[in-house]
Amino acid sequence: MPIISISQLSKTYTSGFTALRGIDLAIEPGEIFALLGPNGAGKSTLINIVCGIVTPSSGTVLVDGHDIARDYRAARRTIGLVPQELTTDAFETVLNTVSFSRGLFGLRPDPGHIERILRALSLWDKRDSRLMTLSGGMKRRVLIAKALSHEPRVLFLDEPTAGVDVELRQDMWRLVRALRQQGVTVILTTHYIEEAEEMADRIGVIRRGEIILVEEKAALMRKLGRKQLTLHLQQPITAVPPELEDYGLALAGDGRELVYTYDTRAERTGITGLLTGLAASGIRFNDLHTEQSSLEDIFVGLVREDGARA
Amino acid sequence: MSSAMTMNWPAVRAIYRFEMGRFWRTAGQSILAPVISTTLYFVVFGAAIGSRVSAVDGVPYGLFIVPGLIMLSLLTQSISNASFGIYFPRFAGTIYEILSAPISPLEVVLGFVGAAASKSILIGLIILATSALFVPLRIDHPFWMIGFLLLTAVTFSLFGFVIGLWADGFEKLQLVPLLVVTPLTFLGGSFYAIGMLPPFWHAVSLLNPVVYLISGFRWAFFGKADVNIAISLGMTALCLVICLGLVTYIFRTGYRLKS
Ligand SMILES: Nc1ncnc2c1ncn2[C@@H]1O[C@H](COP(=O)(O)OP(=O)(O)O)[C@@H](O)[C@H]1O
Ligand SMILES: [Mg+2]
Repeated sequence: MPIISISQLSKTYTSGFTALRGIDLAIEPGEIFALLGPNGAGKSTLINIVCGIVTPSSGTVLVDGHDIARDYRAARRTIGLVPQELTTDAFETVLNTVSFSRGLFGLRPDPGHIERILRALSLWDKRDSRLMTLSGGMKRRVLIAKALSHEPRVLFLDEPTAGVDVELRQDMWRLVRALRQQGVTVILTTHYIEEAEEMADRIGVIRRGEIILVEEKAALMRKLGRKQLTLHLQQPITAVPPELEDYGLALAGDGRELVYTYDTRAERTGITGLLTGLAASGIRFNDLHTEQSSLEDIFVGLVREDGARA
Repeated sequence: MSSAMTMNWPAVRAIYRFEMGRFWRTAGQSILAPVISTTLYFVVFGAAIGSRVSAVDGVPYGLFIVPGLIMLSLLTQSISNASFGIYFPRFAGTIYEILSAPISPLEVVLGFVGAAASKSILIGLIILATSALFVPLRIDHPFWMIGFLLLTAVTFSLFGFVIGLWADGFEKLQLVPLLVVTPLTFLGGSFYAIGMLPPFWHAVSLLNPVVYLISGFRWAFFGKADVNIAISLGMTALCLVICLGLVTYIFRTGYRLKS
Protein backbone atom coordinates (compact mmCIF):
# COMPACT_ATOMS: atom_id res chain seq x y z
CA MET A 1 0.00 0.00 0.00
CA PRO A 2 1.34 3.45 -0.86
CA ILE A 3 2.08 5.66 2.15
CA ILE A 4 0.45 8.55 0.31
CA SER A 5 -2.15 8.20 -2.39
CA ILE A 6 -3.50 11.21 -4.12
CA SER A 7 -6.34 10.90 -6.57
CA GLN A 8 -7.97 13.44 -8.82
CA LEU A 9 -6.76 16.29 -6.64
CA SER A 10 -7.58 19.77 -7.89
CA LYS A 11 -7.19 23.19 -6.39
CA THR A 12 -8.63 26.47 -7.54
CA TYR A 13 -7.74 29.37 -5.25
CA THR A 14 -10.39 31.95 -4.37
CA SER A 15 -8.63 34.26 -6.81
CA GLY A 16 -9.92 31.90 -9.51
CA PHE A 17 -6.44 30.61 -10.31
CA THR A 18 -6.27 26.84 -10.80
CA ALA A 19 -3.02 25.64 -9.26
CA LEU A 20 -3.62 21.86 -9.48
CA ARG A 21 -5.56 19.91 -12.09
CA GLY A 22 -6.54 16.34 -11.36
CA ILE A 23 -3.34 15.13 -9.72
CA ASP A 24 -2.93 11.37 -9.31
CA LEU A 25 0.13 10.28 -7.40
CA ALA A 26 1.20 7.39 -5.19
CA ILE A 27 4.24 7.62 -2.92
CA GLU A 28 5.71 4.33 -1.74
CA PRO A 29 6.82 3.84 1.85
CA GLY A 30 10.51 4.43 2.43
CA GLU A 31 11.30 6.11 -0.86
CA ILE A 32 12.80 9.50 -1.52
CA PHE A 33 10.56 11.23 -3.97
CA ALA A 34 11.43 14.49 -5.71
CA LEU A 35 8.73 16.71 -7.06
CA LEU A 36 10.45 18.64 -9.77
CA GLY A 37 8.97 21.64 -11.49
CA PRO A 38 9.50 25.28 -12.33
CA ASN A 39 8.32 28.09 -10.06
CA GLY A 40 4.56 28.35 -9.81
CA ALA A 41 4.01 24.78 -11.02
CA GLY A 42 1.97 23.92 -7.93
CA LYS A 43 4.53 22.04 -5.80
CA SER A 44 3.85 23.94 -2.58
CA THR A 45 0.12 23.84 -3.17
CA LEU A 46 0.26 20.06 -3.46
CA ILE A 47 2.34 19.66 -0.29
CA ASN A 48 0.24 22.13 1.65
CA ILE A 49 -2.93 20.26 0.80
CA VAL A 50 -1.49 16.95 1.99
CA CYS A 51 -0.34 18.62 5.23
CA GLY A 52 -3.68 20.33 5.93
CA ILE A 53 -2.65 23.93 5.32
CA VAL A 54 -4.60 24.41 2.10
CA THR A 55 -8.05 22.94 1.48
CA PRO A 56 -8.45 21.01 -1.76
CA SER A 57 -11.21 21.95 -4.21
CA SER A 58 -11.80 18.30 -5.12
CA GLY A 59 -10.16 14.92 -4.95
CA THR A 60 -8.91 12.75 -2.12
CA VAL A 61 -5.65 12.24 -0.29
CA LEU A 62 -4.90 9.23 1.91
CA VAL A 63 -1.90 9.23 4.21
CA ASP A 64 -1.09 5.74 5.41
CA GLY A 65 -4.69 4.87 4.57
CA HIS A 66 -6.17 7.81 6.51
CA ASP A 67 -8.23 10.40 4.69
CA ILE A 68 -6.71 13.86 5.31
CA ALA A 69 -10.13 15.39 5.90
CA ARG A 70 -12.12 12.72 7.72
CA ASP A 71 -9.28 11.24 9.71
CA TYR A 72 -7.03 14.26 9.84
CA ARG A 73 -5.47 13.44 13.19
CA ALA A 74 -4.06 10.10 12.14
CA ALA A 75 -3.04 11.51 8.77
CA ARG A 76 -1.21 14.52 10.18
CA ARG A 77 0.51 12.59 12.97
CA THR A 78 2.30 10.67 10.25
CA ILE A 79 3.72 13.79 8.64
CA GLY A 80 6.49 16.26 9.35
CA LEU A 81 6.69 19.41 7.25
CA VAL A 82 9.56 21.78 6.57
CA PRO A 83 7.88 24.68 4.80
CA GLN A 84 9.37 26.71 2.00
CA GLU A 85 9.28 29.99 3.90
CA LEU A 86 11.54 30.61 6.90
CA THR A 87 8.95 31.34 9.56
CA THR A 88 9.99 31.23 13.20
CA ASP A 89 8.91 32.72 16.49
CA ALA A 90 11.55 35.36 17.02
CA PHE A 91 11.49 35.38 20.83
CA GLU A 92 11.46 31.64 21.48
CA THR A 93 14.55 29.60 22.17
CA VAL A 94 15.55 26.72 19.93
CA LEU A 95 14.84 24.11 22.58
CA ASN A 96 11.43 25.56 23.44
CA THR A 97 10.22 25.85 19.89
CA VAL A 98 11.23 22.30 19.05
CA SER A 99 9.62 20.94 22.23
CA PHE A 100 6.52 22.98 21.40
CA SER A 101 6.23 21.22 18.05
CA ARG A 102 6.39 17.82 19.69
CA GLY A 103 3.60 18.86 22.04
CA LEU A 104 1.41 20.04 19.17
CA PHE A 105 1.55 16.56 17.74
CA GLY A 106 0.20 15.13 20.95
CA LEU A 107 3.37 13.50 22.21
CA ARG A 108 4.78 13.47 25.72
CA PRO A 109 8.01 15.40 26.18
CA ASP A 110 11.08 13.33 25.31
CA PRO A 111 14.20 15.39 26.07
CA GLY A 112 16.45 12.55 24.85
CA HIS A 113 14.85 12.50 21.42
CA ILE A 114 14.96 16.29 21.12
CA GLU A 115 18.62 16.29 22.12
CA ARG A 116 19.47 13.70 19.46
CA ILE A 117 17.75 15.77 16.77
CA LEU A 118 19.40 19.00 17.85
CA ARG A 119 22.81 17.33 17.90
CA ALA A 120 22.24 15.78 14.47
CA LEU A 121 21.48 19.24 13.12
CA SER A 122 24.39 20.95 14.94
CA LEU A 123 21.89 22.96 16.98
CA TRP A 124 22.65 21.61 20.43
CA ASP A 125 25.07 24.43 21.30
CA LYS A 126 22.42 26.93 20.23
CA ARG A 127 19.59 25.34 22.19
CA ASP A 128 19.14 28.33 24.49
CA SER A 129 19.52 30.97 21.77
CA ARG A 130 16.53 33.00 20.73
CA LEU A 131 15.53 32.29 17.15
CA MET A 132 15.91 35.91 16.06
CA THR A 133 19.63 35.72 16.82
CA LEU A 134 20.15 32.85 14.37
CA SER A 135 21.26 33.05 10.75
CA GLY A 136 18.98 31.96 7.93
CA GLY A 137 20.73 28.62 7.61
CA MET A 138 20.37 27.98 11.34
CA LYS A 139 16.69 28.84 11.20
CA ARG A 140 16.27 26.33 8.41
CA ARG A 141 17.89 23.73 10.67
CA VAL A 142 15.44 24.66 13.42
CA LEU A 143 12.51 24.13 11.05
CA ILE A 144 13.87 20.69 10.21
CA ALA A 145 14.27 19.89 13.90
CA LYS A 146 10.68 20.97 14.53
CA ALA A 147 9.44 18.75 11.71
CA LEU A 148 11.34 15.77 13.13
CA SER A 149 10.37 16.40 16.76
CA HIS A 150 7.35 14.12 16.61
CA GLU A 151 9.11 11.25 14.85
CA PRO A 152 7.15 11.45 11.59
CA ARG A 153 7.09 8.57 9.13
CA VAL A 154 6.78 10.93 6.20
CA LEU A 155 8.88 14.07 5.86
CA PHE A 156 8.06 16.85 3.42
CA LEU A 157 10.86 19.22 2.48
CA ASP A 158 9.58 22.13 0.42
CA GLU A 159 12.53 23.62 -1.48
CA PRO A 160 14.92 22.58 1.30
CA THR A 161 18.06 24.07 -0.17
CA ALA A 162 16.76 27.39 -1.43
CA GLY A 163 19.24 29.94 -0.10
CA VAL A 164 21.14 27.38 1.92
CA ASP A 165 24.93 27.12 2.23
CA VAL A 166 26.92 24.13 1.05
CA GLU A 167 27.55 22.81 4.54
CA LEU A 168 23.87 22.74 5.42
CA ARG A 169 23.02 21.18 2.10
CA GLN A 170 25.44 18.35 2.80
CA ASP A 171 24.20 17.94 6.37
CA MET A 172 20.69 17.83 5.09
CA TRP A 173 21.38 15.12 2.55
CA ARG A 174 23.22 13.11 5.17
CA LEU A 175 20.17 13.43 7.36
CA VAL A 176 17.77 12.48 4.57
CA ARG A 177 19.80 9.34 3.87
CA ALA A 178 19.84 8.47 7.57
CA LEU A 179 16.08 8.93 7.70
CA ARG A 180 15.62 6.66 4.73
CA GLN A 181 17.64 4.03 6.56
CA GLN A 182 15.08 4.27 9.36
CA GLY A 183 12.29 3.77 6.88
CA VAL A 184 11.11 7.37 6.75
CA THR A 185 9.57 8.44 3.45
CA VAL A 186 10.95 11.74 2.19
CA ILE A 187 9.22 13.95 -0.34
CA LEU A 188 11.09 17.02 -1.48
CA THR A 189 10.29 19.69 -3.98
CA THR A 190 12.89 21.44 -5.98
CA HIS A 191 13.56 23.25 -9.16
CA TYR A 192 17.23 22.38 -8.86
CA ILE A 193 17.78 19.37 -11.00
CA GLU A 194 21.02 18.34 -9.31
CA GLU A 195 19.04 17.94 -6.13
CA ALA A 196 16.52 15.56 -7.63
CA GLU A 197 19.26 13.70 -9.42
CA GLU A 198 21.45 13.41 -6.36
CA MET A 199 18.82 12.48 -3.82
CA ALA A 200 15.72 10.93 -5.28
CA ASP A 201 14.74 7.35 -5.94
CA ARG A 202 11.84 8.54 -8.03
CA ILE A 203 11.06 11.81 -9.67
CA GLY A 204 7.74 13.38 -10.53
CA VAL A 205 7.71 16.31 -12.89
CA ILE A 206 4.97 18.84 -12.33
CA ARG A 207 4.13 21.59 -14.74
CA ARG A 208 1.26 24.06 -14.61
CA GLY A 209 -0.66 22.04 -12.05
CA GLU A 210 -0.27 18.71 -13.77
CA ILE A 211 2.03 15.80 -13.09
CA ILE A 212 3.41 15.14 -16.51
CA LEU A 213 5.51 12.15 -15.60
CA VAL A 214 6.57 10.00 -12.67
CA GLU A 215 9.54 7.71 -13.09
CA GLU A 216 12.31 5.91 -11.33
CA LYS A 217 15.26 8.22 -11.66
CA ALA A 218 17.19 5.75 -13.79
CA ALA A 219 14.22 4.95 -15.99
CA LEU A 220 13.51 8.61 -16.43
CA MET A 221 17.03 9.19 -17.67
CA ARG A 222 16.70 6.32 -20.10
CA LYS A 223 13.28 7.24 -21.26
CA LEU A 224 13.64 10.92 -21.64
CA GLY A 225 17.35 11.32 -22.11
CA ARG A 226 18.88 12.74 -25.16
CA LYS A 227 21.90 10.77 -26.13
CA GLN A 228 25.12 11.56 -27.88
CA LEU A 229 26.81 9.18 -30.24
CA THR A 230 30.51 9.87 -30.68
CA LEU A 231 32.32 8.30 -33.58
CA HIS A 232 36.13 8.12 -33.51
CA LEU A 233 37.37 8.49 -37.06
CA GLN A 234 40.30 6.63 -38.62
CA GLN A 235 41.32 9.75 -40.55
CA PRO A 236 40.69 13.30 -39.34
CA ILE A 237 38.43 15.41 -41.52
CA THR A 238 38.24 19.20 -41.80
CA ALA A 239 34.52 19.57 -42.47
CA VAL A 240 31.33 17.57 -42.29
CA PRO A 241 30.48 16.37 -45.82
CA PRO A 242 27.50 18.32 -47.25
CA GLU A 243 25.49 15.14 -47.86
CA LEU A 244 25.41 14.58 -44.05
CA GLU A 245 24.29 18.13 -43.26
CA ASP A 246 20.80 17.08 -42.13
CA TYR A 247 22.15 15.16 -39.13
CA GLY A 248 23.43 18.29 -37.39
CA LEU A 249 26.80 16.67 -36.72
CA ALA A 250 29.48 18.39 -34.69
CA LEU A 251 33.14 17.98 -35.35
CA ALA A 252 35.36 17.50 -32.32
CA GLY A 253 38.75 16.22 -31.21
CA ASP A 254 40.71 18.04 -33.94
CA GLY A 255 38.53 16.51 -36.62
CA ARG A 256 38.95 12.99 -35.25
CA GLU A 257 35.45 12.80 -33.70
CA LEU A 258 31.97 13.24 -35.07
CA VAL A 259 29.25 13.84 -32.48
CA TYR A 260 25.64 13.02 -33.23
CA THR A 261 22.88 14.03 -30.81
CA TYR A 262 19.62 12.11 -31.00
CA ASP A 263 16.44 11.66 -29.06
CA THR A 264 15.82 8.23 -27.64
CA ARG A 265 12.09 8.96 -27.52
CA ALA A 266 11.88 9.61 -31.24
CA GLU A 267 10.45 6.94 -33.50
CA ARG A 268 13.59 6.98 -35.59
CA THR A 269 16.90 7.87 -34.06
CA GLY A 270 18.48 8.30 -37.47
CA ILE A 271 21.47 6.20 -36.49
CA THR A 272 21.08 3.66 -39.29
CA GLY A 273 20.77 6.41 -41.86
CA LEU A 274 23.79 8.20 -40.49
CA LEU A 275 25.97 5.12 -40.54
CA THR A 276 24.90 4.31 -44.11
CA GLY A 277 25.61 7.91 -45.10
CA LEU A 278 29.06 7.79 -43.54
CA ALA A 279 29.90 4.62 -45.41
CA ALA A 280 28.73 6.19 -48.67
CA SER A 281 30.94 9.23 -48.02
CA GLY A 282 33.88 6.98 -47.36
CA ILE A 283 34.29 8.02 -43.75
CA ARG A 284 35.50 5.13 -41.61
CA PHE A 285 35.55 4.94 -37.87
CA ASN A 286 37.35 2.64 -35.48
CA ASP A 287 35.35 3.20 -32.30
CA LEU A 288 32.10 4.67 -31.04
CA HIS A 289 30.39 5.34 -27.76
CA THR A 290 27.14 6.83 -26.56
CA GLU A 291 26.60 9.16 -23.64
CA GLN A 292 23.47 9.77 -21.61
CA SER A 293 22.69 13.38 -20.86
CA SER A 294 22.17 14.39 -17.24
CA LEU A 295 18.79 14.87 -15.66
CA GLU A 296 19.47 18.56 -15.84
CA ASP A 297 19.43 18.42 -19.62
CA ILE A 298 16.19 16.48 -19.47
CA PHE A 299 14.64 19.14 -17.34
CA VAL A 300 15.89 21.97 -19.47
CA GLY A 301 14.30 20.11 -22.36
CA LEU A 302 11.01 19.99 -20.50
CA VAL A 303 11.08 23.63 -19.63
CA ARG A 304 11.93 24.56 -23.20
CA GLU A 305 9.09 22.40 -24.40
CA ASP A 306 6.91 24.21 -21.91
CA GLY A 307 7.96 27.57 -23.27
CA ALA A 308 7.43 26.46 -26.82
CA ARG A 309 3.86 25.41 -26.16
CA ALA A 310 2.93 28.42 -24.08
CA MET B 1 -14.48 10.86 13.06
CA SER B 2 -13.22 8.34 15.53
CA SER B 3 -9.96 10.15 16.24
CA ALA B 4 -11.80 13.30 17.32
CA MET B 5 -13.01 11.53 20.42
CA THR B 6 -9.66 11.55 22.13
CA MET B 7 -8.58 15.09 22.87
CA ASN B 8 -5.05 16.11 22.04
CA TRP B 9 -4.31 17.56 25.48
CA PRO B 10 -0.55 17.85 24.99
CA ALA B 11 -1.29 20.21 22.10
CA VAL B 12 -3.64 22.33 24.20
CA ARG B 13 -1.00 22.50 26.91
CA ALA B 14 1.73 23.36 24.37
CA ILE B 15 -0.28 26.27 22.93
CA TYR B 16 -1.32 27.45 26.39
CA ARG B 17 2.21 27.43 27.73
CA PHE B 18 3.57 29.04 24.61
CA GLU B 19 1.06 31.88 24.90
CA MET B 20 1.62 32.31 28.62
CA GLY B 21 5.35 32.41 27.89
CA ARG B 22 4.97 35.84 26.33
CA PHE B 23 3.24 37.07 29.49
CA TRP B 24 5.96 35.79 31.80
CA ARG B 25 8.77 36.97 29.53
CA THR B 26 7.51 40.50 30.05
CA ALA B 27 6.24 39.80 33.55
CA GLY B 28 7.50 43.10 34.95
CA GLN B 29 5.65 45.05 32.33
CA SER B 30 2.60 42.76 32.42
CA ILE B 31 2.18 43.31 36.13
CA LEU B 32 3.42 46.87 36.52
CA ALA B 33 1.13 48.37 33.86
CA PRO B 34 -2.17 47.49 35.57
CA VAL B 35 -0.77 48.47 38.98
CA ILE B 36 0.17 51.92 37.67
CA SER B 37 -3.06 52.49 35.76
CA THR B 38 -5.17 51.41 38.74
CA THR B 39 -3.25 53.76 40.98
CA LEU B 40 -3.87 56.59 38.52
CA TYR B 41 -7.57 55.85 38.41
CA PHE B 42 -7.73 55.95 42.18
CA VAL B 43 -5.83 59.21 42.33
CA VAL B 44 -8.05 60.84 39.68
CA PHE B 45 -11.46 59.29 40.26
CA GLY B 46 -11.24 58.10 43.80
CA ALA B 47 -9.48 61.03 45.43
CA ALA B 48 -10.13 64.03 43.17
CA ILE B 49 -13.65 63.30 41.94
CA GLY B 50 -14.70 60.83 44.60
CA SER B 51 -14.30 63.42 47.33
CA ARG B 52 -17.17 65.32 45.70
CA VAL B 53 -19.35 62.36 44.57
CA SER B 54 -19.23 60.87 48.05
CA ALA B 55 -21.37 57.70 47.69
CA VAL B 56 -23.34 55.79 45.05
CA ASP B 57 -26.12 53.51 46.27
CA GLY B 58 -24.60 53.82 49.71
CA VAL B 59 -21.18 52.61 48.51
CA PRO B 60 -18.28 55.08 48.87
CA TYR B 61 -17.25 56.21 45.37
CA GLY B 62 -13.67 54.95 45.66
CA LEU B 63 -14.97 51.49 46.42
CA PHE B 64 -17.80 51.77 43.89
CA ILE B 65 -15.42 52.07 40.93
CA VAL B 66 -13.43 48.90 41.78
CA PRO B 67 -15.64 46.43 39.84
CA GLY B 68 -15.82 48.82 36.88
CA LEU B 69 -12.05 49.24 36.86
CA ILE B 70 -11.53 45.49 36.85
CA MET B 71 -14.11 45.01 34.08
CA LEU B 72 -12.52 47.73 31.99
CA SER B 73 -9.16 45.94 32.07
CA LEU B 74 -10.72 42.51 31.79
CA LEU B 75 -12.46 43.44 28.54
CA THR B 76 -9.60 45.28 26.89
CA GLN B 77 -6.96 42.77 28.03
CA SER B 78 -8.98 39.74 26.98
CA ILE B 79 -9.57 41.15 23.54
CA SER B 80 -6.05 42.38 22.94
CA ASN B 81 -4.38 39.23 24.31
CA ALA B 82 -6.53 36.85 22.31
CA SER B 83 -6.57 38.85 19.09
CA PHE B 84 -2.81 39.34 19.14
CA GLY B 85 -2.25 35.70 20.12
CA ILE B 86 -3.88 34.33 16.97
CA TYR B 87 -3.13 37.25 14.66
CA PHE B 88 0.60 37.14 15.18
CA PRO B 89 1.20 33.58 13.94
CA ARG B 90 -1.00 34.37 10.94
CA PHE B 91 1.06 37.46 10.27
CA ALA B 92 4.43 35.78 10.87
CA GLY B 93 3.48 32.59 9.01
CA THR B 94 4.11 30.29 11.96
CA ILE B 95 0.41 29.35 11.85
CA TYR B 96 1.43 26.63 9.36
CA GLU B 97 2.47 24.50 12.25
CA ILE B 98 -0.89 24.72 14.00
CA LEU B 99 -2.73 24.02 10.76
CA SER B 100 -0.64 20.96 9.95
CA ALA B 101 -0.75 19.48 13.47
CA PRO B 102 -3.31 16.88 14.56
CA ILE B 103 -5.35 19.45 16.47
CA SER B 104 -9.07 20.07 16.39
CA PRO B 105 -10.47 23.61 16.23
CA LEU B 106 -11.75 23.15 19.78
CA GLU B 107 -8.24 22.41 21.01
CA VAL B 108 -6.81 25.43 19.21
CA VAL B 109 -9.45 27.65 20.82
CA LEU B 110 -8.90 26.10 24.25
CA GLY B 111 -5.18 26.80 24.06
CA PHE B 112 -5.32 30.35 22.74
CA VAL B 113 -8.47 31.52 24.48
CA GLY B 114 -7.56 29.74 27.70
CA ALA B 115 -4.23 31.56 27.81
CA ALA B 116 -5.73 34.94 26.90
CA ALA B 117 -8.42 34.54 29.57
CA SER B 118 -5.86 33.44 32.17
CA LYS B 119 -3.76 36.52 31.52
CA SER B 120 -6.65 38.93 31.81
CA ILE B 121 -7.92 37.20 34.96
CA LEU B 122 -4.45 37.55 36.45
CA ILE B 123 -4.49 41.22 35.60
CA GLY B 124 -7.99 41.55 37.06
CA LEU B 125 -6.74 40.02 40.30
CA ILE B 126 -3.73 42.34 40.33
CA ILE B 127 -6.08 45.32 40.01
CA LEU B 128 -8.21 43.94 42.80
CA ALA B 129 -5.15 43.59 45.01
CA THR B 130 -3.94 47.09 44.11
CA SER B 131 -7.40 48.49 44.94
CA ALA B 132 -7.16 46.95 48.38
CA LEU B 133 -4.28 49.34 49.04
CA PHE B 134 -6.57 52.34 48.51
CA VAL B 135 -9.99 51.26 49.75
CA PRO B 136 -11.29 48.72 52.26
CA LEU B 137 -12.50 45.98 49.89
CA ARG B 138 -15.85 44.32 50.31
CA ILE B 139 -17.04 41.32 48.31
CA ASP B 140 -20.53 40.12 49.28
CA HIS B 141 -20.70 37.19 46.84
CA PRO B 142 -17.14 35.97 46.17
CA PHE B 143 -18.36 32.90 44.29
CA TRP B 144 -20.34 35.04 41.85
CA MET B 145 -17.49 37.53 41.63
CA ILE B 146 -15.18 34.75 40.41
CA GLY B 147 -17.96 33.44 38.17
CA PHE B 148 -18.45 36.77 36.40
CA LEU B 149 -14.69 37.24 36.17
CA LEU B 150 -14.29 33.88 34.42
CA LEU B 151 -17.32 34.24 32.21
CA THR B 152 -16.35 37.72 31.04
CA ALA B 153 -12.70 36.83 30.47
CA VAL B 154 -13.61 33.78 28.41
CA THR B 155 -16.31 35.56 26.42
CA PHE B 156 -14.15 38.50 25.47
CA SER B 157 -11.13 36.35 24.80
CA LEU B 158 -13.30 34.46 22.32
CA PHE B 159 -14.35 37.78 20.85
CA GLY B 160 -10.72 38.84 20.62
CA PHE B 161 -9.90 35.53 18.95
CA VAL B 162 -12.52 36.30 16.29
CA ILE B 163 -11.03 39.75 15.76
CA GLY B 164 -7.56 38.24 15.47
CA LEU B 165 -8.83 35.90 12.75
CA TRP B 166 -10.73 38.61 10.92
CA ALA B 167 -8.02 41.28 10.97
CA ASP B 168 -5.77 41.48 7.94
CA GLY B 169 -3.56 44.22 9.34
CA PHE B 170 -2.39 45.60 12.65
CA GLU B 171 -4.73 48.61 12.27
CA LYS B 172 -7.79 46.40 12.12
CA LEU B 173 -6.56 44.62 15.20
CA GLN B 174 -6.84 47.91 17.09
CA LEU B 175 -9.99 49.11 15.36
CA VAL B 176 -12.73 47.15 17.12
CA PRO B 177 -11.32 47.56 20.64
CA LEU B 178 -10.76 51.26 20.06
CA LEU B 179 -14.00 52.16 18.29
CA VAL B 180 -16.41 49.74 19.92
CA VAL B 181 -15.25 48.13 23.11
CA THR B 182 -13.59 51.02 24.94
CA PRO B 183 -16.55 53.41 24.38
CA LEU B 184 -19.05 50.72 25.36
CA THR B 185 -17.08 50.03 28.51
CA PHE B 186 -16.79 53.66 29.54
CA LEU B 187 -20.47 54.23 28.74
CA GLY B 188 -21.40 50.95 30.40
CA GLY B 189 -21.25 52.33 33.91
CA SER B 190 -17.65 51.59 34.84
CA PHE B 191 -17.51 54.81 36.82
CA TYR B 192 -21.17 55.51 37.53
CA ALA B 193 -24.46 53.71 38.09
CA ILE B 194 -26.60 54.00 34.99
CA GLY B 195 -29.49 54.80 37.31
CA MET B 196 -27.77 58.18 37.77
CA LEU B 197 -28.46 58.99 34.08
CA PRO B 198 -31.53 60.84 32.74
CA PRO B 199 -34.28 58.39 31.63
CA PHE B 200 -33.46 58.64 27.90
CA TRP B 201 -29.77 57.82 28.33
CA HIS B 202 -30.67 55.18 30.85
CA ALA B 203 -32.84 53.46 28.23
CA VAL B 204 -30.09 53.79 25.59
CA SER B 205 -27.58 52.32 28.02
CA LEU B 206 -29.64 49.17 28.31
CA LEU B 207 -28.74 48.41 24.66
CA ASN B 208 -25.10 48.23 25.71
CA PRO B 209 -24.17 44.63 26.61
CA VAL B 210 -21.30 45.82 28.79
CA VAL B 211 -23.83 47.39 31.17
CA TYR B 212 -25.02 43.91 32.12
CA LEU B 213 -21.50 42.63 32.71
CA ILE B 214 -20.55 45.52 34.95
CA SER B 215 -23.85 45.52 36.75
CA GLY B 216 -23.63 41.82 37.51
CA PHE B 217 -20.03 42.08 38.58
CA ARG B 218 -20.83 45.04 40.84
CA TRP B 219 -23.70 43.11 42.37
CA ALA B 220 -21.24 40.36 43.30
CA PHE B 221 -19.25 42.98 45.22
CA PHE B 222 -21.92 45.09 46.87
CA GLY B 223 -25.21 43.24 46.45
CA LYS B 224 -26.51 46.24 44.47
CA ALA B 225 -27.10 46.27 40.71
CA ASP B 226 -28.33 48.50 37.90
CA VAL B 227 -30.27 45.65 36.38
CA ASN B 228 -31.61 42.39 37.73
CA ILE B 229 -28.79 39.91 38.39
CA ALA B 230 -30.56 37.14 36.47
CA ILE B 231 -30.74 39.37 33.41
CA SER B 232 -27.06 40.24 33.82
CA LEU B 233 -26.15 36.59 33.95
CA GLY B 234 -28.40 35.82 30.98
CA MET B 235 -26.86 38.59 28.87
CA THR B 236 -23.32 37.52 29.77
CA ALA B 237 -24.14 33.94 28.82
CA LEU B 238 -25.71 35.17 25.58
CA CYS B 239 -22.51 37.04 24.69
CA LEU B 240 -20.59 33.84 25.36
CA VAL B 241 -22.86 31.80 23.13
CA ILE B 242 -22.65 34.33 20.29
CA CYS B 243 -18.86 34.35 20.44
CA LEU B 244 -18.74 30.55 20.57
CA GLY B 245 -21.01 30.45 17.53
CA LEU B 246 -18.78 32.86 15.63
CA VAL B 247 -15.66 30.84 16.40
CA THR B 248 -17.36 27.58 15.42
CA TYR B 249 -18.53 29.11 12.15
CA ILE B 250 -15.04 30.37 11.40
CA PHE B 251 -13.49 26.97 11.86
CA ARG B 252 -16.22 25.22 9.88
CA THR B 253 -15.48 27.39 6.89
CA GLY B 254 -11.72 27.67 7.35
CA TYR B 255 -12.26 31.43 7.06
CA ARG B 256 -9.00 33.41 7.01
CA LEU B 257 -7.01 30.41 8.16
CA LYS B 258 -6.77 28.30 5.05
CA SER B 259 -6.83 29.23 1.39
N1 LIG C 1 -3.17 31.69 -1.81
C1 LIG C 1 -3.09 31.76 -3.15
N2 LIG C 1 -4.03 32.42 -3.85
C2 LIG C 1 -3.95 32.48 -5.20
N3 LIG C 1 -2.99 31.91 -5.94
C3 LIG C 1 -2.03 31.24 -5.31
C4 LIG C 1 -2.03 31.12 -3.87
N4 LIG C 1 -0.95 30.39 -3.51
C5 LIG C 1 -0.32 30.08 -4.66
N5 LIG C 1 -0.96 30.58 -5.74
C6 LIG C 1 -0.58 30.42 -7.15
O1 LIG C 1 -0.60 29.06 -7.48
C7 LIG C 1 0.48 28.72 -8.34
C8 LIG C 1 1.27 27.59 -7.74
O2 LIG C 1 1.95 28.07 -6.59
P1 LIG C 1 2.88 27.13 -5.74
O3 LIG C 1 2.12 25.92 -5.37
O4 LIG C 1 3.43 27.94 -4.63
O5 LIG C 1 4.01 26.79 -6.80
P2 LIG C 1 5.48 26.22 -6.58
O6 LIG C 1 5.62 25.81 -5.15
O7 LIG C 1 5.59 25.08 -7.53
O8 LIG C 1 6.41 27.33 -6.94
C9 LIG C 1 1.28 30.00 -8.53
O9 LIG C 1 0.93 30.57 -9.77
C10 LIG C 1 0.84 30.88 -7.40
O10 LIG C 1 0.87 32.22 -7.78
MG1 LIG D 1 6.83 26.44 -3.69
